[in-house]
Amino acid sequence: MDERRFKKRTIFLILYLVFAILPVYWMINMSFKTNEEILSTFSLWPQHFTWAHYKTIFTDESWYSGYINSMIYVAINTVISLAVALPAAYAFSRYSFLGDKHVFFWLLTNRMTPPAVFLLPFFQLYTTLGLMDTHVAVALAHLLFNVPLAVWILEGFMSGIPREIDETAYIDGYSFPRFFLTIFVPLIKAGIGVAAFFCFMFSWVELLMARTLTSVDAKPIVAVMTRTVSASGMDWGVLAAAGVLTIVPGAIVIWFVRHYIAKGFAMGRV
Amino acid sequence: MKPVNQKAWLLILPVVLCVAFSAILPLMTVVNYSVQDIISPERRVFVGTEWFKAVMRDDDLQGALLRQMGFSISVLLVEIPLGIALALSMPAKGWKSSAVLVLVAISLLIPWNVVGTIWQIYGRTDIGLLGATLAKLGFEYSYTGNATHAWLTVLLMDVWHWTPLVALLCYAGLRAIPDAYYQAASIDGASKFAVFRYIQLPKLRGVLMIAVLLRFMDSFMIYTEPFVLTGGGPGNATTFLSQYLTQKAVGQFDLGPAAAFSLIYFLIILLLCFILYNWMQRVGTRDNSGGNHG
Repeated sequence: MDERRFKKRTIFLILYLVFAILPVYWMINMSFKTNEEILSTFSLWPQHFTWAHYKTIFTDESWYSGYINSMIYVAINTVISLAVALPAAYAFSRYSFLGDKHVFFWLLTNRMTPPAVFLLPFFQLYTTLGLMDTHVAVALAHLLFNVPLAVWILEGFMSGIPREIDETAYIDGYSFPRFFLTIFVPLIKAGIGVAAFFCFMFSWVELLMARTLTSVDAKPIVAVMTRTVSASGMDWGVLAAAGVLTIVPGAIVIWFVRHYIAKGFAMGRV
Repeated sequence: MKPVNQKAWLLILPVVLCVAFSAILPLMTVVNYSVQDIISPERRVFVGTEWFKAVMRDDDLQGALLRQMGFSISVLLVEIPLGIALALSMPAKGWKSSAVLVLVAISLLIPWNVVGTIWQIYGRTDIGLLGATLAKLGFEYSYTGNATHAWLTVLLMDVWHWTPLVALLCYAGLRAIPDAYYQAASIDGASKFAVFRYIQLPKLRGVLMIAVLLRFMDSFMIYTEPFVLTGGGPGNATTFLSQYLTQKAVGQFDLGPAAAFSLIYFLIILLLCFILYNWMQRVGTRDNSGGNHG
């Protein structure tokens, strides 16, 4: 590789990473400071280091149950999204059928609908069904934007796999389910990983619907966090600590996905 | 060409049912509200297109729409090139690539209200790193007092928050290019730029389309982050469409106008995405006319 060019790229990358990390560092920094220190002194690292904010979160059930609730509905949502999106994406990438383009575009339109539009109808719908304040309600509501996204991403990845592979498998006597699960799914592992990651992500960070559809039993962490504004002002420290903890599950998920993204598609290996 | 197979409908049936349940049913409720004046749960009057007319004449709405367009276009102009550049500079192999991937992706996994909070603190001149640095350099920076500063801060926050999405998609796309393409290019003595223009960019068409559309739609629906950061102010400099809608629906509880506005909002997004989608498909087809892929 051209040495000079290589250096330019590295410098750009490092600059971007600094830009990306600093605000997060600032939050981590804040989570270890006392509230007085946050508001009174300006320092690049905590002068009076404290775990107090984290202790608050791990000992107060209303805080840590928020994390558990969020994880439950995110998991349900990701599993359903991928389960329904996989066959659909295969259909879109391999066959043409009546109204295929319209259905595909219709799916995408749901990804484009502002959640604010659906707040009130969702509230009424899930109240009628008796699903209010359950994990399932939030998981189902989040399908609205995650299923189209999963179909879209998977379709893109599947279209990169030559159709000859399918045809060869059928000639070899594979049934569709067997071919799909034992040959095709391993081929698009990368796509599944990426799709799962995005489903996880969009469900994890969404606030408006999750807050509207839950009250006590399934209250997600993002809604719990809005509590930190109290009569005595912002509890910056606990808010920062809670924010730091919301990054942890995501960092773990992407750590698993990174192999699938990095490996790329196993094209040409079959 | 793909073979015609009507049985493929069976494969997409679960998706259609899922999305129909969570989209068509609620959307019908919205349509229902938009043509009625709801005085109480029992008493409602059919008002026809009254709400639509009222919403269309609304100056605040037009202002919010213009601001929204300006913001979304700026977001695309900054984030797409930056994301491609970032994907190209990310290392392809080894522990470095894993570390960089995780670091780059972190901002995506922060809940949106926390993103707003992070920048709210970060931009403050008394306790925030960015605000304090700018103040030290002699800028009279204030995202709560100066409309331009507020707008730029929201844009910077969005770039920080969402460029990684573009970068990750492009990165995944780049890794999917077989080595043979690069080998062929190096035999031909192709320059770095030629490799980018004639190999990487066309191969990125699919993921770039996803990236552009996603960023466009999401920036068009942006709500939580500016709400936390600026509250739409100063004045209404950063009041975008979703915020305006929520003010109407929740703040003033004007269900009829809010529903009418929701539908108009939805149709605007639909139209813009339809244009963008078709345009990108055409560009992609033209770019690929020399190759045998796509």
